[in-house]
Amino acid sequence: MTEAYRVGDELPPLEIPVTRTLIVAGAIASRDYQDVHHDAELAREKGSPDIFMNILTTNGLVGRYIIDHFGPAAALRKVAIRLGAPNYPGDVLRLTGQIVALEGESRALIEVAVTGDNRIGRHVTGKVIVAVTEGGDA
Amino acid sequence: MKPGGQGVRDGQGVRDGQDGQGVRDGQDGQDGQDMRADAPDPLYERLTSYAGRPAATAGTGKDPVNLPMIRHWCEAMGDTSTAYQGPDAVAPPTMLQAWTMGGLAGHPRGTGRSAAYDELLGLLDGAGYTSVVATDCEQEYLRPLRPGDLITFDAVIEAVSRRKTTKLGTGYFVTTRMDVSADGEPAGTHRFRILKYRPAQRNPAQRNPAKSEREAPLRPRPVINRDNAGFWAGVAEHRLLIQRCTDCATLRFPWLPGCNACAGQEWDTVEASGEGTVFSHVVMHHPSFPAFDPSGEGGPYAVALIELAEGVRIVGNVVGVPYDKVRIGLPVRLEFLRTDPDLELPVFRASEGG
Repeated sequence: MTEAYRVGDELPPLEIPVTRTLIVAGAIASRDYQDVHHDAELAREKGSPDIFMNILTTNGLVGRYIIDHFGPAAALRKVAIRLGAPNYPGDVLRLTGQIVALEGESRALIEVAVTGDNRIGRHVTGKVIVAVTEGGDA
Repeated sequence: MKPGGQGVRDGQGVRDGQDGQGVRDGQDGQDGQDMRADAPDPLYERLTSYAGRPAATAGTGKDPVNLPMIRHWCEAMGDTSTAYQGPDAVAPPTMLQAWTMGGLAGHPRGTGRSAAYDELLGLLDGAGYTSVVATDCEQEYLRPLRPGDLITFDAVIEAVSRRKTTKLGTGYFVTTRMDVSADGEPAGTHRFRILKYRPAQRNPAQRNPAKSEREAPLRPRPVINRDNAGFWAGVAEHRLLIQRCTDCATLRFPWLPGCNACAGQEWDTVEASGEGTVFSHVVMHHPSFPAFDPSGEGGPYAVALIELAEGVRIVGNVVGVPYDKVRIGLPVRLEFLRTDPDLELPVFRASEGG
């Protein structure tokens, strides 16, 4: 089944509306109570125009994007992200991915380069390694 | 990020500042320039001596891995994968750090962030590097986390960078690595990088970029009235029209109701050939105005007075050369630039390198 995957394959993009609800829910679900992720007034006092998404939520969304594509039997082995432009409420995060390497036994370790852009610029750049198992592809 | 220099107080045990990103632009700090490596930096020497020391020792997850927290996470992320549901559910691997967080109450005293890490952050705060922004998160997952797993963690200060200048400001990158165990077995590693920095001084417009940068900045709209409507109608057709007095044939620009030479009120137009030279120019350094600068950085950018081949002069941007290569006498040629869906403007492209 890993023949189904080739270096250069692009994952369908995923557009995620960056709502205030997503930012707050993601922060709380990740146990991150920093006020810049839920209190717009305090965020502005600290010089930010509004609340913004925390890095754990971005990480979670990248993981979701990959597993949505490769299916529930696939297993994340590594997620490495670097953040750039913040995700403020009202924006849209557009995740894209491309397979950049197939490794391991029967080439079942797939390395995907992920980017996520919003209206300001590049929110996230990342590399994900996901293991797909026999019969486990979506 | 916490541009105001928020104190480090979150209860997550290992670090605060996992939150955010640069407030104002799309550059992450890793693009920062190294300070000259040979420049003495006594602070760096002190900071880097913390590398290898613990950032957290024998931390304990406040809750075992559990289905309600998994469900709340999946609801927040919009994650509907069946891997995280039902009797065989595992936790989303990207929750790794969440299990180590202290939450609102924080970790019990002595089990969270180490004294060494507190000292390191304190040194940075004391030196004015009070703001923090998370720049990198690298996680490796060694085994799935299942409901009931008890989480423990240790973390080490892996590295402190030399002083770097980034778009956010000057500061130091601090990298920590956390090893997370579940029921005593290694479950994953979590490498985290923050930039502790001193915010760059910015003017108020830049410090508060909400409207001007979140939505692409637009150039001001021209004021179009009955005296200049013909000019803008010409621009819409990609024709640069010069007024000509029908009494004395004097060309005039910008458009005016009457002739300055003979006071004649009747006029027709001549289409400019598009050839011209820079008659004079200024470089705008301050205040910045991102819409006028193709890079979006707000300048500097050149504003030129172009003498058209027909003899009249027009103010416009010179494109095709850096602002500091614009020179008097530089030959230019007219073109039309669509700056946004609703605005086209005449600009002048340098036809040689200047």
